[in-house]
Amino acid sequence: MSDGPHADVDPALVSTRSVELAVMALLFCLSIFLGWDNWRIGAGWAPDGPQAGYFPFYLSVLLGGSSLWGIVAALRSEELREEIFVGCSAFGRVLRVFLPTIGFVFLVQLIGLYVASFIFIAAFMVFVGKLKLWKSLLTGFVFSALMFYVFDVQFNVLMPKGPLEAAFGF
Amino acid sequence: MEALESLLHGFGVLLTFHNMLLMLVGICLGILVGVLPGLGGPNGVAILLPLTFTMDPTSAIVLLSCIYWGALFGGAITSILFNIPGEAWSVATTFDGYPMAQKGQAAEALTAAFTASFFGSIAAVMLITFLAPWIATFALRFGPPEFFAVYLLTFCTFVGLGKESRHKIIISLALGFLLAAVGMDTVSGELRMTFGSVELLRGFDFLVAVIGLFGISEILLAMEEHLAFKGQEAKIRLSVVWRTWLTLPRYWLTLLRSSAIGCWLGVTPGGAIAASFMGYNLAKRFSRDGANFGKGKIEGVLAPETAAHAAGTAALLPMLALGIPGSGTAAVLLGGLMVWGLQPGPLLFVEQKDFVWGLIASMYLGNIAGLIIVLATVPLFASVLRVPFATIAPMIIVSCAIGAFAVQNAMFDIWLMLGFGVVGYLFKKTGIPLAPMTLALVLGDKAEDAFRQSMIGLDGGLGIFWSNKLVGTITTLALVMLFWPLIGKAIELVRGSGRSVPAGGESSRA
Repeated sequence: MSDGPHADVDPALVSTRSVELAVMALLFCLSIFLGWDNWRIGAGWAPDGPQAGYFPFYLSVLLGGSSLWGIVAALRSEELREEIFVGCSAFGRVLRVFLPTIGFVFLVQLIGLYVASFIFIAAFMVFVGKLKLWKSLLTGFVFSALMFYVFDVQFNVLMPKGPLEAAFGF
Repeated sequence: MEALESLLHGFGVLLTFHNMLLMLVGICLGILVGVLPGLGGPNGVAILLPLTFTMDPTSAIVLLSCIYWGALFGGAITSILFNIPGEAWSVATTFDGYPMAQKGQAAEALTAAFTASFFGSIAAVMLITFLAPWIATFALRFGPPEFFAVYLLTFCTFVGLGKESRHKIIISLALGFLLAAVGMDTVSGELRMTFGSVELLRGFDFLVAVIGLFGISEILLAMEEHLAFKGQEAKIRLSVVWRTWLTLPRYWLTLLRSSAIGCWLGVTPGGAIAASFMGYNLAKRFSRDGANFGKGKIEGVLAPETAAHAAGTAALLPMLALGIPGSGTAAVLLGGLMVWGLQPGPLLFVEQKDFVWGLIASMYLGNIAGLIIVLATVPLFASVLRVPFATIAPMIIVSCAIGAFAVQNAMFDIWLMLGFGVVGYLFKKTGIPLAPMTLALVLGDKAEDAFRQSMIGLDGGLGIFWSNKLVGTITTLALVMLFWPLIGKAIELVRGSGRSVPAGGESSRA
């Protein structure tokens, strides 16, 4: 967290109103999509009571209705237009943690959780936190080893593993 | 006095070396969870839930509930020392806690906060001890329509009493229910909303959702807000503790009032957050020098902390007695019950006496132990916050990933957690509350089952929900709660009084 500009002078990336409209529109599409699927499997009444789609179908209707309401409310609100959802540099900081996290999850899939978490923690500390290399490597190693000991060894909660663990016979 | 006997039995179950050790571990972990941004009550408990899969249910619930107590205590530390609430329910604590710390009274503020938490908690536990068995006995008569009516009441209360816009609460609820319905239908065996995907067949596990919604999204928010922990020194000397304790009896009315508010809001799903604000506002209004609130008055710390802790504890009452959690964390604990093979609901008090009374006994002991531990270890936990966030953030993310994976041993769940993280971030920033969604995710299947079981053989008539006095009362009450804002306005109109109740100081995120 090295950058200087504070949120006060951060230029706006997008207004709260736009984001709210987008979220509501997405929810509305989702409700149509789910509602349709439930209608397909039957949202009426069978002789023995409601069909499988009955409950979720009406929930989709409820979701659709409230998101439409949300769209109208957001369109009519003046304050939301002024309100900054996120500033440029603030969003940059969000991406700086979110993108590495996606990378981390990819790594978990490839080489197992423990090695991936070592790389993730160490790299994050070095590149995002600008911390010393040896500190970062040590922290990553100690944390990953501790997690391995607690979860895999002590409590028998098995995590995805890769070639390194296999080499040690796990 | 049957309750007292059962309670003694509970202490008997609890007082083994193993359980006491778990309790200490739980409290320390809980304080850590409460102190760290990005880890809160619900997702802290959710991440550690997999560790308890192999334990016996009593030890497991002792560990997890102690994490909860610890988190409740821990939230106050960051509020007072760093002016950064570790939990949403400790926002109100910052109003007077941080000014006190700035004046060099950090130790007094912390002592007051912890003692107040303890007081509120014990009040709520006593309520649980005597009221829960009674409610459970009463609820044994419930059939599916009654249960559905109670679920309805829970959700209508959310909509009617929530602080957020109504449509946003309804969105959150409906989405939670829909996500809960994904997968195999329990009654007909049909597949719902899976769209041919094998991964969706298992449905959405609510633990994964909780970890993403609360954990990952918090990290994103913390990063965005550029958290920097520049705080006051924390050292608590025993003499200060004594001195502060000696002044507390003066504030007995504040303590009692906040406990009552907390117990009430905790049982109804208003939650600890609302309770802490309400406790603060009422203390301010009734205090002789209310004008000095916000400048570092000890009452301003006592009131919200008592209420928040009482509410957090009381949230377990409906969970134990009816199987309906009163808060997000209670919902996760309820999920834990199901994982351990226990059937939540009134029968717990009959069939799982050891478990229930062990848990209640652990609430007493856990809070006493928590008070002592937290007073002794404040400097330690405060120093945790001086660790750079770039070190803490990846560790929390890794913990979240472990927790999400362990639920069903599925890689897909880690991706799902990331997705929920983004959803949580967007929802939090657009003011869509997350707690109703969590509750709906946990209770969705049960509520639907109750609805369909009540409906068997009926062709669409909703008369069953008014078929006898009991269910009729609950259903009507639910509708009253749903339309409470309208009813409240109508009453005000009739009275012709224009005075409005000041809304609780909302924590604006943006």
